[in-house]
Amino acid sequence: MIHTYSAKVKVDPKDAKLSMAHFFVAFGALALGGLMGLLQTLVRSGKFELPLGIGYYQILTAHGVLMGLVLTTFFIMGFQYAAVSRTAGPHSNAARRTGWIGFWLMTAGTLMSGTMILLNKASVLYTFYAPLQAHWIFYLGLTFVVVGSWVDGAAQIMTYVKWRKNNRGKPSPLLSFMAVINTIMWIVATLGVAATVLFQLLPWSLGWVDTVDVLVSRTLFWYFGHPLVYFWLLPAYMCWYAIIPKIIGGKIFSDSLARLSFILFLIFSIPVGFHHQLTEPGIDPAWKFFQVILTFMVVIPSLMTAFSIFATFERYGRSKGAKGLFGWFRVLPWNDARFIVPFIGMASFIPAGAGGIINASNQMDQVVHNTIWVTGHFHLTAATSVVLTFFGISYWLVPHLTGRKLTKTMNKLAIIQAWVWFIGMVFMSGAMHIQGLLGGPRRSSFSTYGDSKQALEWIPYQIAQAVGGTILFIGIILVIIIFIHLAFFAPKGEEEFPVGEAENLEEKAPMVFENWKLWLGITAALILFAYTIPFIDIIQYAPPGSKGFKTW
Amino acid sequence: MHMHKLEKVWLIFGISCLIIFLTTIGVSAFYLGNKPPSCLLTIDPEKVDQQAPFNKPGLHKVEGKEWDYELVYVASAFSYNPGQVEVPLGAKVKVIATTKDVIHGFEVAGTNINMMLEPGYISEYTTTFDKAGEYLIVCNEYCGSGHHLMFSKIEVVKK
Repeated sequence: MIHTYSAKVKVDPKDAKLSMAHFFVAFGALALGGLMGLLQTLVRSGKFELPLGIGYYQILTAHGVLMGLVLTTFFIMGFQYAAVSRTAGPHSNAARRTGWIGFWLMTAGTLMSGTMILLNKASVLYTFYAPLQAHWIFYLGLTFVVVGSWVDGAAQIMTYVKWRKNNRGKPSPLLSFMAVINTIMWIVATLGVAATVLFQLLPWSLGWVDTVDVLVSRTLFWYFGHPLVYFWLLPAYMCWYAIIPKIIGGKIFSDSLARLSFILFLIFSIPVGFHHQLTEPGIDPAWKFFQVILTFMVVIPSLMTAFSIFATFERYGRSKGAKGLFGWFRVLPWNDARFIVPFIGMASFIPAGAGGIINASNQMDQVVHNTIWVTGHFHLTAATSVVLTFFGISYWLVPHLTGRKLTKTMNKLAIIQAWVWFIGMVFMSGAMHIQGLLGGPRRSSFSTYGDSKQALEWIPYQIAQAVGGTILFIGIILVIIIFIHLAFFAPKGEEEFPVGEAENLEEKAPMVFENWKLWLGITAALILFAYTIPFIDIIQYAPPGSKGFKTW
Repeated sequence: MHMHKLEKVWLIFGISCLIIFLTTIGVSAFYLGNKPPSCLLTIDPEKVDQQAPFNKPGLHKVEGKEWDYELVYVASAFSYNPGQVEVPLGAKVKVIATTKDVIHGFEVAGTNINMMLEPGYISEYTTTFDKAGEYLIVCNEYCGSGHHLMFSKIEVVKK
């Protein structure tokens, strides 16, 4: 990595505008989705009922779609678009136009699907498993979101390609490289969900065909569903690998190993969907286990990530004169929101990842499958590790883009926000994990199941979840206050977009990392290997199809 | 590309753990027979009630099989048939279930019986009920507005 970033320190204002447009939608979704989440935990405590005939599963659908699909996709696209502009240079007019088209397609799709959810025509949850049949506009809206995200992502790829053309033989800037990996993984993954929506669910909900093949649809969904979570996680890793080192004043431990770990995520994130279908009939157990093995391959880049982040911390600490085995820990900048907010997310990933290993462990999944343990799990991964890192990013990125400063007061409020979030999550996610081990189901309104002794034991944990949910909602109010302040009211000034530099500038990343034919080829080969035979079996031995049901 | 010595140690340690771990669950699944429920039998979801064994839901004693009883369930929004059943303590039981409409869950809380019921497919799991008491069967996959009201009960009794 011999090139320098310093020439392009500021994101072009025209690019900043598009990034901010993404963030307004993302934080709007967060506010609304957060309210839905609060209401769910209150209902499930058994002490509260929804007014005006609003259904529990309607707000559950809204919460999942807003948080899992809208907040994440918009934030990630906005962040990566800015990161590419910052490190590979301003987007061309053509790329920027492409980005705007993508943004508006996604926004239109969100409004279409959102309207159908509000009208109670699509209370099918964000996984929309057939044969539950939503209104066709719901599916069309989702199609718009996905296609829009492809167009949006194409803008980043265009600028990356332009940089490569102008800098032949040089490795691309690390953050741009990482953004492009994530975009490409997203495009490959969303082919699955696009296929089921376009070829199965849309024609079926429009009445053009009578029945749907349920297992084919689910398999296509989960082909997408697992890389979806890595699509959320990789932008957080971008921050941990390439941004945090600069914030603390240290160096990136190894630029090449960071790239290698992202390539491993690209390769091993996709051919693993069966580990979400472990307790399902109709799939051969040998193929399930094969995909379980592939699932665990992501442990390797995860271990690399953990090593390199803590190596950066330690080396920085020692450079400041820290002594002893853990002395470096104390000298980290604990009063800087840009550091501590993502750090809490990072630390939460340790128990979160351990829980994930249980979920994916073939037969062990039977203990926790579809219990509220799983909900507890992804509220640690997505809703703590990822989201706190996103908050941490926005605390410098939003003022950077709007030409303002993160003030001392806002910095302090941001740190309080992160701790509030963490405490709320300890209550909520902790109680969910325990209740799940006792058998409590996920995605269910309050019920005593005919005063079953087992179900009555779950209720105290549901009350703890409501306590946690309430604390988390306070966290959401705080983050919205900070966001609005940084977007509109903070004092004018220059806030840095921190971009880390590698410790060893002499060591150039091998150019093979930019060989997309190779990596896409391996990705495709693994996908074909893991899916072709079981998928043919699923189609060949398919039972009669299912007609649509509206059971809500 | 240079890799720090400690990172190599860390990765070798991690990958070795991974191999041991995957071998353990692999042996448990395929040698000791603890595979997750993966029945490959199909059925016409619109004719469930007319086909054996689903034309007679409930507990049936069987002879000459590896298990003593078959416990047959038909799920539909928002109930299981049968709604209550008594199983003798210590009986080895094959649970056989399917759905007539949307996807349902079939989880016997406090046990390892946890499987998806999908239209057109039969789900099976064989287990021994070796602890007396009342067990709640709960639908753990969203199936509609009455999802949280969908349950059944198994009473494991000394006989």
